Amino acid sequence: MYIAETEKSVKNIVVDDMILTTDMATSAGSRMLDGYISLFEAEAVTKLTEAGYKVYAKANTGEFNLDLMGETSFYGPVEADGVLTTAAAQAVKSGDAMAAVTLEVNGSSARGAALAGLTFVKPTYGTVSRFGTIPAVCSGETVCVTAADAATAKEVLWTIKGHSDKDGTSLPQEKCVFDEVKEIKKVAVAKSLMVGEGAAKVEEMKAKLSAQGIEVVEIDGEELLLAKSAWNILMSAELCNNVSKYDGVKYGYRTPNYETIDQLYTNSRTEAFGYLTKSVVLFGSETLSEDNYFKVYDKAQRIRRVICEALAKVFGEFDAILAPVSSKLSYTAEEAIANPYIAYEESLYIAPAMISGVPAVVTDGVQLVGPAFSESSLLALAEKL
Amino acid sequence: MKYETVIGLEVHVELATKSKIFCSCSAEFGGEQNDHVCPACAGMPGMLPIVNKKVVDLGMTAGMMLNCDINRVTTFDKKSYYYPDLPNAYQTTQWFAPICVNGRVDIETSNGPKSIRIKQIHMEEDAGKLVHDDWTDTTLVDFNRTSVPLIEIVSQPDISSAEEAIAYLERLRDLLRFAKVSDCRWEQGSMRCDVNLSVRPVGSDKLGVRSEMKNMNSLSAISRAIKYEIARHTKAVENGETLIQDTRRWDDNEGKSYAMRSKETAGDYRYFPDPNIMPVVIDDEWFDGIKATLPELPEVKRAKYIDELGLSEYDADQLVSSRALCDVFEDAVAVCGSAKEAANWIITDCMQVLNKKKMTADMLDINGTSLGQLIKLVSEDKVSRGNAKRILAAMFENHIADVEAYAKEFGFIVSNDTSAIEAIVKEAIASDPKSVADFKAGKEKALMALFGKCMKQLKGNANPQVLREILIAEINKA
Repeated sequence: MYIAETEKSVKNIVVDDMILTTDMATSAGSRMLDGYISLFEAEAVTKLTEAGYKVYAKANTGEFNLDLMGETSFYGPVEADGVLTTAAAQAVKSGDAMAAVTLEVNGSSARGAALAGLTFVKPTYGTVSRFGTIPAVCSGETVCVTAADAATAKEVLWTIKGHSDKDGTSLPQEKCVFDEVKEIKKVAVAKSLMVGEGAAKVEEMKAKLSAQGIEVVEIDGEELLLAKSAWNILMSAELCNNVSKYDGVKYGYRTPNYETIDQLYTNSRTEAFGYLTKSVVLFGSETLSEDNYFKVYDKAQRIRRVICEALAKVFGEFDAILAPVSSKLSYTAEEAIANPYIAYEESLYIAPAMISGVPAVVTDGVQLVGPAFSESSLLALAEKL
Repeated sequence: MKYETVIGLEVHVELATKSKIFCSCSAEFGGEQNDHVCPACAGMPGMLPIVNKKVVDLGMTAGMMLNCDINRVTTFDKKSYYYPDLPNAYQTTQWFAPICVNGRVDIETSNGPKSIRIKQIHMEEDAGKLVHDDWTDTTLVDFNRTSVPLIEIVSQPDISSAEEAIAYLERLRDLLRFAKVSDCRWEQGSMRCDVNLSVRPVGSDKLGVRSEMKNMNSLSAISRAIKYEIARHTKAVENGETLIQDTRRWDDNEGKSYAMRSKETAGDYRYFPDPNIMPVVIDDEWFDGIKATLPELPEVKRAKYIDELGLSEYDADQLVSSRALCDVFEDAVAVCGSAKEAANWIITDCMQVLNKKKMTADMLDINGTSLGQLIKLVSEDKVSRGNAKRILAAMFENHIADVEAYAKEFGFIVSNDTSAIEAIVKEAIASDPKSVADFKAGKEKALMALFGKCMKQLKGNANPQVLREILIAEINKA
């Protein structure tokens, strides 16, 4: 098919269903927000539009983007050649979109990119405004970019990053510059994360890095194993709190099956929330209860600090950590849906970067996790590979 | 056996900020229903809270007025509960690190002075208001009050009678209004009180089973409710009944309290730190800046007004009843130099204008320096008292920076040009020979008629003494 020069230059960006737009519905993959049109748009969307990009479509997500790769979406999962993928990754891979801008909540964007062989960058927490994103796990969720290559990912990330007055967790502008590229010379592989099929991808990458003259060293990284449970606790607690306002009264789905106001609330929520959201809500509510707060939630916050300190120690010696992104190299929608715990289990790999807010770049099916503000260095390495 | 009462009060005070705690909506009382609302305070997904710095300023001010320690790192937490007037299904409040702790309020009662300890003061957002329409049997929500900033002042259980509770609340109200933390209006709900009460045998160090009365909104109701609860608790304890810890509603019309919910059915608020709000760090500069704005206490001002400025006790009491009056008074005295005159102008003339406008003393919003200039012009006989009142009325509408220039512009300056006065006096005498004759015949009143005519012609801008003298002189000549 012939594509006219002008059309080729149209810079199409797809944003996922967690990022608010005023001309398209934003449903967070949930029946609860089916058809919800926001009164305001995400700051990332404003920045993209002002820079001449066209936010042309919405990519489906799993409910509140909590799942493996969209299998819990009210609108159904996306499969390509019988394999589960995310709608965002599929839009980029097919060439429809030059990049996807998504709210990474629980690893689905990283997995979607890794399994589709794309480049993905999760910037340092606080460098891209979360204004106008549907809140799910506010202490970790980050607006991220997926593209076919590192240069494009960088171009789009550089468009959306920067200080925001509308986001209290936004870092000062000088922190959001991070243009300096530091050559990556020494990379650590955490043995603790080298489980599952993804480890094979790491082995391939080790060879590539060595060929580039980069030193690869194995470390234990035992503390990083703690990230999974701690993240699952924090994720559940925050999500539970954030979705409790959806009640079927002011907007969103309202059940036809009610006589009393309590039935309206209960039935709307029962009918509109999917199994994963329900389990996260129950778990989260439990972790925040008076009896469990210090035993569970507060402890998870302490572990968060332990992990940040452990990572700081590793980054004192190494430029990045190389790790798998998922336990398998492909999933079917059927198997993802069959295992209601799959998203909790798979957070083993993404939890260290999510819980600590450090940047991660996915390339060639693996992730490189670096210290805060090392995006330029990580992307430069990804481009070289 | 003798019993004693143990009372702790939780007082909610709406802060006197222009905008809400996390968005730029107006925090003003009233307005059309759902006029002061935006996607943020309506809880629409995607808006993030940005802390209004003025809220922290006032929180700190309140703490300093109540002798508290200020937490230099203070955090906001989410309190989860579901209610239709709370659009986020959580209230943002302070649970783990409130802005102020360990304070003290000194009160006077018939038993002498007493200190009531303050446990903590925390900042939080108010909820909306449910409006029930009996006609259609529907309940509607007004979100105007949602996210209006509040502080909650939690006392230690140091209060032992209704009298002490009222003394504490009145003192609290005086201090907070004086520091401009809040207008503290019970009738508008900008001051509300929860009463925690229990009864125990005198000498016991164990607290009795407590009840909590929520949302009390007048001093008389609080006083009545406390007396009622003391009697109810004492009777139950005396009769060996088991009291249940519960939350109660006071019905002021019936003079009775009713159980709303017991502890067993109370919700678990699942507090946790709000990840969208970074800890607020109060550095020395901020702390000292607020400290410098603290007013003198009302009793300190009162003593100063009497001892140093020579005001009567009555005048001093009138002025210190409101910080606004004190501010205007002090600025005016600094310019005009006469405390007595300034006090008179404020207590009599300004209050008259305020009363006419159905406003309270706290709402006095004229520039004290301008008032001082005006008083000075009057004392120098440059502006007549009558015209000065007109200028004062204008000051309530607009700020007048240079009162003398204003008086000149609008022709309010007393004329010292005796020839102009003479001309008008001659004209008046010529046009009213009857009054002249009457005066000459000994009717003093006739002079007043002529005087009034002349003053009217002169638009009030004549020194009355000078006018009178010229008038008599000219009549005698005629």
